[in-house]
Amino acid sequence: MFPEPEKATFDIVINGRAVTADSSMSVLEAAEACGIYIPTLCHHPLLAPAGSCRLCVVEVEGLRGLLGACTLPSEPGMIVRTETPRIQEFRRATLESIIRMHPRDCLICPENLRCELQTVVSHVQPAPVPFVPGPPQLKEVGLFFARDYNLCIKCGRCIRACQEMRGNRALYFLHDECGLHVGTPLGASMDNAACESCGACVDVCPTGALRSNDQAGLPERTIKTICPYCAVGCQLKLEIKNGRVMQSWPDHDGPANHGQACVKGHFGIAQFVHSPERLSKPLIRQQGELREASWDEALDFIAIRLKSYLPEETAVVSSARCTNEENYLLQKLARVALGTNSVDHCARL
Amino acid sequence: MEGLSATFGSGAMTNHIRDLEKARCIVAIGTNTTEAHPVIAASLKQVVRQGAKLIVINPRRIPLAEFAHIWLRPRPGTNVALLMGMARVILDEGMQDTAFIDERCENFEPFRASLAAYDTTTVASITGVPAEDIKRAAHLYAGTRPATILYAMGVAEHSRGTDGVMAVANLAMLTGNIGRPGAGVNPLRGQNNVQGACDMGCLPDVYPGYQRVSDPAARAKFESAWGRSLPLTPGLTLTQMMNMAHQGHLKAIYLVGENPVLSEPDQEHTLAALGHLDLLVVQDIFLTETARLAQAVLPAASFAEKDGTFTNTERRVQRVRAAVPPPGEALPDWQIVCALAKKLGAPGFDFRHPSEVLSEISRLTPIYGGLSFDCLENDSRQWPCPSSEHPGTPILHTKDFSRGRGNFVALSYVPPAEAPDEAYPLILTTGRNLYQYHTGTMTRKVGALNQRFGEEKLEINPADAIPLSIAEDDWVRVSSRRGEVRVRARLSDINPPGLVYLNFHFAEVPTNALTGAAYDPQTGTPDYKVTAVKVEKIA
Repeated sequence: MFPEPEKATFDIVINGRAVTADSSMSVLEAAEACGIYIPTLCHHPLLAPAGSCRLCVVEVEGLRGLLGACTLPSEPGMIVRTETPRIQEFRRATLESIIRMHPRDCLICPENLRCELQTVVSHVQPAPVPFVPGPPQLKEVGLFFARDYNLCIKCGRCIRACQEMRGNRALYFLHDECGLHVGTPLGASMDNAACESCGACVDVCPTGALRSNDQAGLPERTIKTICPYCAVGCQLKLEIKNGRVMQSWPDHDGPANHGQACVKGHFGIAQFVHSPERLSKPLIRQQGELREASWDEALDFIAIRLKSYLPEETAVVSSARCTNEENYLLQKLARVALGTNSVDHCARL
Repeated sequence: MEGLSATFGSGAMTNHIRDLEKARCIVAIGTNTTEAHPVIAASLKQVVRQGAKLIVINPRRIPLAEFAHIWLRPRPGTNVALLMGMARVILDEGMQDTAFIDERCENFEPFRASLAAYDTTTVASITGVPAEDIKRAAHLYAGTRPATILYAMGVAEHSRGTDGVMAVANLAMLTGNIGRPGAGVNPLRGQNNVQGACDMGCLPDVYPGYQRVSDPAARAKFESAWGRSLPLTPGLTLTQMMNMAHQGHLKAIYLVGENPVLSEPDQEHTLAALGHLDLLVVQDIFLTETARLAQAVLPAASFAEKDGTFTNTERRVQRVRAAVPPPGEALPDWQIVCALAKKLGAPGFDFRHPSEVLSEISRLTPIYGGLSFDCLENDSRQWPCPSSEHPGTPILHTKDFSRGRGNFVALSYVPPAEAPDEAYPLILTTGRNLYQYHTGTMTRKVGALNQRFGEEKLEINPADAIPLSIAEDDWVRVSSRRGEVRVRARLSDINPPGLVYLNFHFAEVPTNALTGAAYDPQTGTPDYKVTAVKVEKIA
């Protein structure tokens, strides 16, 4: 109805390959769009470019020096190289200084195999460097997610996510006797730091420094669906393992939420879906008590009674928790099977 | 929703969530967005940071108030007077969009005349908002384009909630803020598929797609499609069902996925009504407070265990996908409904999959006419979507209103039904908290959410608490003309003196034992926002 103005596209050349870009795209985005990997740790597609980790450097013909691809706008006719010996040497040196203080216990880290630092290391292949532990950092398991700043690489994504994506300021870079580190204002607990527990910081963290308490290895599969709570309609990715929902993530492609969720959608799904209090058998009341029954018995119990009333003595209440298809069938049942228009739901509540 | 149907012809958000980014001025009235719609609040805060102006209208100092350029704090139940006061300022100062009014709207003169009594001095005395602030807000809204209005239950859940919605719609038409990007009137719906349940005709007066039961052509169409003659008269609303059950005229309710014992106003009345029924069937995922009263309880699948579609607050239809099997013998609601309909001998319930149900819906419902599981697999669409080639409609009323011309409605302010008096000197207003959802059937099962916010407390201003010798965490009794609850107190200046606040998430503190003073005469929506109460310390 109101289409965004068409952006003029043009070609740039990356590693000898012609790639379509437009002026709103950085060289990093143009490369990612056609599947050319450029390592980065501070950049995240939902955040404005920061240009701080220096890993995404590239060379451009006609321009001097190494340039950060995340902050470099695409221009027509650009000729870009992403893997020259000079770039690789620079990246190795940069990455060595980042991983020097990072613990080496990957195999017992809950982020193992999801960790972006692992991906970057395996691409850049830095020389083995000795582990030089820094001052011990905060390690805390919160209600919804854990923080272990010993694993933090100070990319600043979490701080930017809180400010840019959520309009909050629960996290800052602090500089004190522990060196430069991420923390809350005055070291307050997350609960007292204007934190809404939305998990946006967890979603963007490239390492295990911030991770959901539900994190438990890799899922067998991931299903896209819609959050059952409020009416924003956030698209979620449910991670499934052994027939159970392990955790849920907001989906970057969600048309209503664009990678956002709230505490309920992010951390409040699996426990209610798999609650031991879930109803698992039909119940009918006999001698004043609810007892288990088969489906056939329960439906007969209901149908026999429903048939004994006049249409105007019956009513159906449907639910905002049900799908459109189920709501459609419920009003059809009221009108066709019971003969009444008395069907309503909680729209007024 | 009735309010927007009467003014625009369609009771839904006019614009979409992303469109908020284009607004230069945002009015947030009767919405505690950070608690009830947190993801929309996040975009709202970003837009304000990038320079858009924000006007918050709310008696409580909600978190958004800290981001507001202007925060108006009307007395609860006085929205209509405030909005009419703003409209009057806009007209008096010639800031209206005359071309839009002339070309696109009707009944403007009666509306103009209805504003005669709402000069800022009068409105200030009704609402408690200083005249100067009313003018500032009117200038900012009318002078900053495009401007959008977001509202939620704080506008609708009043004894004259429909008037409040129409007052919002009048203001938007007056300034030409309809049918354009960044503008609009945007009700934020409370529950995940409440829009879809309305769209599907789970309302006593309309078939799917808002085709009226009273329209003989619509009835003939559904009779022919469904192969049965259909009842002529509109049915009962939920609140009317409770009254008819109470009087013994209604004998049976088949209730799916609702917990009226906690969510309906006047709990004592609800319990008595449900107790009068011959047959209460509850279909749900948990044994809720309501299910405990039932003669039969059917175990349903949760959202994670079924396929289908949900329609969000911006009319966007999206795919819901089964991720895991339901527990035990629990079944998706659609299968249960079809099985029951067959037991009742009804034709037309032979569906093997929800996609077949959506095909029937799209055949009979023009606004969903182009929707199918195929087209929703990798995409979502906003209704109206009349054909499969149609891309959907992000913004309503761009050329004409759904009803033709926008309808100005002349209004007059009616005070809330229950005013505080000597016996019940405080006003109770109710709402929602970020960490819980509705009656807590889902969120109360999540340990961490309850550790974060697991006990209800009455928010009370120290100016009200201290004379009653109430200190932080003291147990108090809150009573109204209908019931009482016991709860601990939290002293806070979020509420002005005279106003106390409770959520309605907790069975231990059934807030709706207190509410139910009145219902909107047009929609039957209960007034959850203004209840006269008394608060006493429990020794």
